[in-house]
Amino acid sequence: MNNAVENKFILSHLWVAFIAFILACFMGVYQVLERSGFIEALTSPSVYFASVSTHGVLMAFVLTTFFIMGFGYYVASTSLKMPIWNKPLAWTGFSIALGGTVLAAIPLLIGKASVLYTFYPPLLAHVSFYIGATLLVVGSWFWCAIMVVMFYQWKNANPNQPVPLAMFATTANALLWLWTSAGVALEVLFQLIPLALGWMDTIDPGLARTLFAWTLHPIVYFWLIPSYTAFYVFVPKQAGGFLFSDEMARVAFIILVVFGLPIGFHHLYMDPEQASGWKLLHAFGTFVVSFPTLITGFTVIASLEIAGRLRGGKGLFGWIGTLPWTNPMTLSVILALLMLIFGGFGGLVNASYAMNAMVHNTAWVPGHFHLIFGGTTIIMYFAIAYYFWPILTRKPLFSDSLALIQLWTWFIGMAIMTTPWHVLGLLGQPRRISSVAYNSLLTLSWDPYEFVMIFGGFVLLGSACLFIYNVAKTQLSSASAEFVQQVEYAEPIHAVESLPEYLNDFKLWNKVIAVLMFISFGVPILQFFFMDTFGSSGWGY
Amino acid sequence: MHIDPLERKWAYTALGMAGLFVSIIMVDALIHGINAPSHVETIDSARLHLSEEFAEDNLGVKVDAQGDITVRMVAGRYSFYPKHISVPSETKVTFRWVSTDVLHGVHIPMTNMSTMIVPGYVAQVTTSFPKPGEYPVLCNEYCGLGHDHMWSNISVVAKENWTASTNAPVTGDAK
Ligand SMILES: [Cu+2]
Repeated sequence: MNNAVENKFILSHLWVAFIAFILACFMGVYQVLERSGFIEALTSPSVYFASVSTHGVLMAFVLTTFFIMGFGYYVASTSLKMPIWNKPLAWTGFSIALGGTVLAAIPLLIGKASVLYTFYPPLLAHVSFYIGATLLVVGSWFWCAIMVVMFYQWKNANPNQPVPLAMFATTANALLWLWTSAGVALEVLFQLIPLALGWMDTIDPGLARTLFAWTLHPIVYFWLIPSYTAFYVFVPKQAGGFLFSDEMARVAFIILVVFGLPIGFHHLYMDPEQASGWKLLHAFGTFVVSFPTLITGFTVIASLEIAGRLRGGKGLFGWIGTLPWTNPMTLSVILALLMLIFGGFGGLVNASYAMNAMVHNTAWVPGHFHLIFGGTTIIMYFAIAYYFWPILTRKPLFSDSLALIQLWTWFIGMAIMTTPWHVLGLLGQPRRISSVAYNSLLTLSWDPYEFVMIFGGFVLLGSACLFIYNVAKTQLSSASAEFVQQVEYAEPIHAVESLPEYLNDFKLWNKVIAVLMFISFGVPILQFFFMDTFGSSGWGY
Repeated sequence: MHIDPLERKWAYTALGMAGLFVSIIMVDALIHGINAPSHVETIDSARLHLSEEFAEDNLGVKVDAQGDITVRMVAGRYSFYPKHISVPSETKVTFRWVSTDVLHGVHIPMTNMSTMIVPGYVAQVTTSFPKPGEYPVLCNEYCGLGHDHMWSNISVVAKENWTASTNAPVTGDAK
């Protein structure tokens, strides 16, 4: 099924993703050291903010986008048993995205784009940063188009058949990404690039923030969906069991996409340019989206229980011990769920409309999203990589035990690093500072937590290096004669015979999304054109 | 379509949990009036000094005829103006914040006085401080390379000791 060219194509995506990842990890360690203020010689706001901006862009945009594209191509070709449609187009998308990444990386690294990964107009970066970021997104749209085409090609060739769950989820993600990247694309094309080129004198930061909020929450689901896909389609099989429910998985993905899209406003709770009624509406939507995560948690744990019992586990909790804890995929899902519970709790606090004021823009927030994104999401990316590398390179994994050590240290490092951040947030420490310059007694209480944070950062860097070492060694080892491994998708415990069309297609859901997006963003965006607003000119930093 | 009865039960439980959280937020917002700072009011950041309200003489703490306290503050890289203010505890205080340049955020740690300050808009927050003491006022949104140094102080004075001395003196390091 998967020929050598296809494997190379997918590996190219994954390597770009993980090279971005390891560079960003080194910057992360520098950042925890710098901001603690313990090492005088490191103090430099300009280097710090250049580093934070690059770390954010590499982790949130480059690692994720390339990983998701590579993952999607592989899932599409193996689950549908079809070659990737239009490979020249796919390579074109890859090249545009890579070119954009390089174009954005240059100003970032020389400190000409220290506007952080959320851009922060009216701060103004070098124009090549915005153009590069746009090209990265444009490149990923090629991937979206190819996923949608392959979905319908398969559907037309197999009428009335349920689309394989893995492909259903991947297509859902492609559609989600098309919808959500439109917000930031509008901001960059109509506000930031014209301002950076001097075509416009001023922009409205209120409008810019609203457009960015359109993208800013669903993008999190774009990153998360491959991890959820692995929960559903790889974990049950790897653990030795069956998927508890195929249909509920589809329901979860649909709700994630349909209700995840129109809820970005909780990033604007503390902003003056939107009225409270709209914020309340978005708060409501935000809680709706906790539903698919709770369903996912249930289905995954139920699938693990089936596996544990099939392996001889008895009693209420006996099945937990019999799970194959030494299988990287199984171990990862357990650690991912643990981090999801704590990170999810923090998320509920953030989402709570008025409670948010206590923690907004404090160290609590990076504590929360490093658990959910850096923890839950990325640990599944590792698990997928450990699973795919031997298949794609046709060589066994260099070291299974190193993989297990790596996953455990990632979990432990994340726990050590994010716990003090949550406390520091409650103690009022702002998130985006390069040093603690405040001449206030309060800041003395922050010091001990800074030590713990640094320790956690080093554990994470060590773990990240182990990961790269393991996959690189796998790839560079000389081919062993007949190592052939195929990807295996989990079977549902009840075979899906027929599905209602709304669980097997997205046409209806796209219409629902259009209506919901109009309701939740129509007036909040149009108001900027009704009322007298005053633009801001661009500022350096 | 097949849904396991146990899963159906869990789905209702999950919906119930989300519903409970949403109802608490709704009751707080609609009945107790606890809302996020939202005051859609525009202002020309480039001409603040010409506006009546945010001209330099009008900044700081003002008490009106009804005894309502309003604090007007300007945020600009890299300081809040005025640098030090003093307000009574356990009293409603309305803050009105504007920016002269870029995005700022303001947070008084250990309290729920927090808002973004977006150029072009007036950020208005009404709150009260339960505990007297000296608090830092921190810029909590990245506003440029001097962002770390953007902070000022607020003294929360016990209600009975506070006198309505408007425009508290501007001191360099009021610690
Ligand atoms: Cu500031």
